[in-house]
Order: sequence, then structure tokens, then C-alpha cells
Amino acid sequence: MPVVLFLLIAAAFGLGALMMGGLFRLRRPYPEKLMPYESGIDPVGEPRQRFSVRFYVIAMLFVVFDVEAVFMYPWAVVFDRIGLYAFVEMLIFIFVLLVGYLYAWKKEAFRWE
Amino acid sequence: MMKLFELLIQPGSFDILLDILVVVLKIAVVIAVVMLHVAYATYFERKVIGHMQVRMGPREVGPHGLLQPVADMLKLFFKEDIIPARADKPVFYLAPVISLMAALSSLAVIPFFDGFVIADINIGLLFILAVSSLGSYGIVLSGWASNSKYSFLGGLRSMAQVISYEVAMGLSLVGVMIMAGSLNLTEIVRAQASYPAGMFAVPQVLGFFVFIVAAIAETNRAPFDLPEAESELVAGYFVEYSGMRFALFYAAEYIGMIVMGALAVTCFLGGWTVPGFVTAVLPFLEHVPGVVWFIGKLYFIIFFYYWIRATLPRYRYDQLMNIGWKILIPLALVNILITGIAKVIL
Repeated sequence: MPVVLFLLIAAAFGLGALMMGGLFRLRRPYPEKLMPYESGIDPVGEPRQRFSVRFYVIAMLFVVFDVEAVFMYPWAVVFDRIGLYAFVEMLIFIFVLLVGYLYAWKKEAFRWE
Repeated sequence: MMKLFELLIQPGSFDILLDILVVVLKIAVVIAVVMLHVAYATYFERKVIGHMQVRMGPREVGPHGLLQPVADMLKLFFKEDIIPARADKPVFYLAPVISLMAALSSLAVIPFFDGFVIADINIGLLFILAVSSLGSYGIVLSGWASNSKYSFLGGLRSMAQVISYEVAMGLSLVGVMIMAGSLNLTEIVRAQASYPAGMFAVPQVLGFFVFIVAAIAETNRAPFDLPEAESELVAGYFVEYSGMRFALFYAAEYIGMIVMGALAVTCFLGGWTVPGFVTAVLPFLEHVPGVVWFIGKLYFIIFFYYWIRATLPRYRYDQLMNIGWKILIPLALVNILITGIAKVIL
């Protein structure tokens, strides 16, 4: 509940600052001012170009590893109560993960030219 | 309307309204105080870096330039808000607000001193990790919506960097969770008091290292400031932003630094508590209020950020990815294993 209130107030703070600014600031646009910045020359070609496939690989790896990190949180919290059993189980989990990690490393998924 | 009125005059509903009012006041105080600290963190940064580079830093506005942040704020407030032609307008409008909201709402679960935390939820740490990763939406949306090559490249780079280091950061905190047995930040602070050094930074030194490096990368600070790299991408994802919208992005970045610093303080440096070995030597320090310790530790971390920025040159992009995936993640896993083994044996 306080979290929701905080989110609302934070959003209102950002929007409010913008609106307050909107009451005072100048607005004198002309075509050259509205041109996207490209070091002073007129923009060449389409700005949303094709980009390296590496970014997709990183995104997929992120999904795998972040979910795995989230799996570890509940395990870490109850570690005290389960002890050795949980630890061995997590060792097996990390081992499985490690195989995938080494595979990705050998496939040069982390390499960037 | 009548129904609502009847609901309001029922006994008990007044108490709920009062509770809400108290929470709203607390939130307003936290946001106001943090925004003030953000304004002066920019001044502090310029002064620190100035002196490290044998310059004076700002000194024209007010004594020693102390009113510089006020002047900057007023200037940004009155600046024209330029929206580039062919930009995706609604997304362009909202991206800075998303950034600011994501950065600010992490503050809801941080215990500033004993008993003062806006939302004392038992998944505080998870909440911070979740909300702070929402900030990358603001970055990637602004990069996409600006219709500029620099913004687009900056947004992509920033996205890849933030998600890479997010993994390392998430893993580095698992050691803290094992030792504290909780995700509630207040309990994490209390758990640290029972350790000899009074902080997790000593037994979790590896985790602390990984966390600090990942925190610098997460907030796009030097030497990992590739998304903003002034000398090649001019300012990265917010190059097309001006005036108040730029100010929101700027504020979000500094709030992000404060949140990461506060998280480091609560998880590794003992939060508002004083280490036992300090009070053993100087007993009068026990009377210093907790919030002073908290802010002192926080400013130490923030000073550390500036120090690193003044010392190290920027990394290349392939080096950045190597550090994130090939060094920090294995280190964090090793840290988890060591902590687990120590916990099982002891």
C-alpha cells in the first residue's frame, strides 16, 4: 500500500515538474531547431538502423541468468533452516548452470568485436 | 456520493485516512530531502572532481559557489522544451518520467534510520532490484523515441550494459541474503550487528566488490559511462532532450547513484548502526543519531564514485562486456559457494 502511494507520488512529482515548467518556458520552434542532432550536419539516412545481433544474444543470456538469480533468492532466505540438503541441491543447480555458461563462453557469446 | 459520505463518517475510516496522510507526508519528506541531496550531489561532484584535477570547481554563484545548484535548477526550469521533428511524441514525453519514477520508488523500502522506512515489506531487496531495472525502460524508450542516431546507439548500449551488470548485482547480493536470512532491509541491517565488524563488507568482501563495480555500471557512471560517452555519442540516449525533461533524466541518474549507495550502505556497511569497534574506542559516538551515520556512509560511497571517475579512463565496449560476463559473474558465484560452505560448516 505505501509502495503504491510512493509510485503515484513519484509519477506525480515528475509530471508536475514538467507541467510547472510548461507554464513558464518559451516555445519558439523552427525547422532547424527541431532537427535531430548530428554534429551540425543535416541527418543522413534513417536513424533507426539495423544493429548488431550481439545485443539479442546478450538479452537472451540475461533472461537465463536473471531467472536463475531469482531462483537463488528464496533458497538463500531459508538456507538457515534447511542447511546441508539445500546446499547440495544448489550445488547441482549451479553445476548445470555452469555447463551452460561454459558452453556460451566457448561459443564466444560474450565476445564483442 | 451519499454512500461515500457514509463510509467516511464510519468509525475507523478516519484512522485509515490519518494513516494514509502520515504515509503521504513521510513520502513527501523523503522525496524533498533526496531531491535536495541530488542538487547538492551535483555541486559536490563538480567540487570534488575540480579539486582532484587541480581546479577550483564552481565558485561564482554564492559563497564558494554554494548556490550553483539553485541557479542550474532555475535555468533548466525556464529552458525551452525542444521535441525533435518525427520523434515518437508520447513515448518521448513519458520516458524521463519513467526513469525518474523507477529511480525514486526504490527509496520506499530503504531504512534511513531505526524505524524510519516508508514500506517495511519483507521482499525489500527484491523490490529494489525489480524497480531499478524498470529504469532501463526509460533509457531504451528515450533512445528509440528521439529519432536520432546518437540516442539510438546510446540507448542500445545502455540497455545491454544495464542488463549484463544486473545479473552480477543480483548474484552478489545472494551472499548477503544467506547471511541475513531475510530480504527485508531492516532485518539485514540488524543481522549485521551480530557480526564482529558490525558490517557484512568484511565477511562478504568479494560480494561487496562485485556489488560496487556492478552499481557503478548500473548507474552509467565513469569508467562504465559508455552510453553517455561525451566524446563519441555526445550524451547518448538523452542527447535530444532539453530543459526540464533533461533535468528529469539527470535527476534520475543521481537518484540512482543515491539508491545504489544506500543499498550498499544497508547491505554491506551496516546501515544506520555504528560498528562495535568504533564505540569501544570512542564511547560518546553512541549518541550520534543513526541518520547521521547513514548519510555519512552514503556520502563516503558517493565520494568513492567521484574518486573513481576522476581516476580511471573509460573502458572499451568489449572490455566492459568481458568484465561483466567473464569476471564479475564467476566471482559472484564463487562468493555464493564460499558463503554457503562457511554457513554449513559453522
